[in-house]
Amino acid sequence: MIIKVLLIAGALGFGVLILRQRPGGHHLVLRRLAGLTVVVLGVVAILWPILTTRIANAVGVQRGTDLVLYGLAMIFMYTAAALSQRIADLERTVTLLVRELALLRGTAQGDPGSVASPSEEAADQDGRRPAPEEDDD
Amino acid sequence: MNPEPTPPAPDPRMDLGEAWVLVPVYNERPAIGATIEELRETFAHVLVVDDGSTDGSGERAREAGAAVIRHVVNQGQGAALQTGFDYLRTRTGATHAITFDADGQHRVDDAVRMLETAHSTGVDVVLASRFAGESVNMSRTRRWILRAGTAFTRHTSGLEITDTHNGLRVLSRRALDRITLEFPRMAYASELLDAILPAGLTYTEVPTTVTYTEYSRSKGQRNSNAINILFDLALRRIRSVR
Repeated sequence: MIIKVLLIAGALGFGVLILRQRPGGHHLVLRRLAGLTVVVLGVVAILWPILTTRIANAVGVQRGTDLVLYGLAMIFMYTAAALSQRIADLERTVTLLVRELALLRGTAQGDPGSVASPSEEAADQDGRRPAPEEDDD
Repeated sequence: MNPEPTPPAPDPRMDLGEAWVLVPVYNERPAIGATIEELRETFAHVLVVDDGSTDGSGERAREAGAAVIRHVVNQGQGAALQTGFDYLRTRTGATHAITFDADGQHRVDDAVRMLETAHSTGVDVVLASRFAGESVNMSRTRRWILRAGTAFTRHTSGLEITDTHNGLRVLSRRALDRITLEFPRMAYASELLDAILPAGLTYTEVPTTVTYTEYSRSKGQRNSNAINILFDLALRRIRSVR
């Protein structure tokens, strides 16, 4: 019974995690502590396997392996959520960089549609001169 | 309503202020040339944001007379439009931006009428509606999905509009200053609409015609994409409530 409460709380926690946009700085600390805890628990479980069953029974699960499996599922969900969040952050960053690059390069020389002022045109050309990657043709 | 007086226009084509047509392009080479040439017959300024095309769409647009800036990698239409907005705000004296799809589904005279509406009414955002106007060759499924999307967006944005994912829009400089698109993929269209009222902008809708050609249909949005859009929007709603 207790395990159900724990697992549901865990699952809901991940839901919140997915929806939160930005992980704050303290999350790094939490992640590291959680990682260390997992290592320690792992070592303990290897040395005294019977302990997992005792703990399992204490929270209402029959077998220790089941408890470990649940824990694994939770960790997997956390990893998936954290990674998707980081990737979303990276995508945002890439978009900003690509945009900045597009604006920096500006329009190519001699386009009749441009009304950029002469100084801006000059700046554009200055910016472009060392760029060898005009590989379009 | 519009604080800045219209500057005297040196170019006869610009008697409606300095309007820039903004065309985001991603791999539209078969259509982009004709679209730009047609626009250039009417508009002095056409800015193409080449969103990382690999088929030379950007070069084709440049040959056809557009100013072209380029995303080095594909970032999605919303990002391309925002880049265009940033360019117009920081590098030009544009009074209005007209967003226009590259595939030739919009009509240039609709864009002109919308620009005239922007000037005569002074509203910040002029939206095009396929449903108030007429749609040529629109499939029944597409019509139904767009209707449903419209009902949803009317609810979230609080706007009295009849169409939502129409690529043809006129935005005043004030609107460009106040609207920032951060959404990936196609959900930016709703993001833009949702931003209108909170940003204190005024809007109106003009009936227009959209032509669904074989080409635009093959290139256009899959209907299934509606689910992606809904997901992006739902996620944002939940996040903004937080």
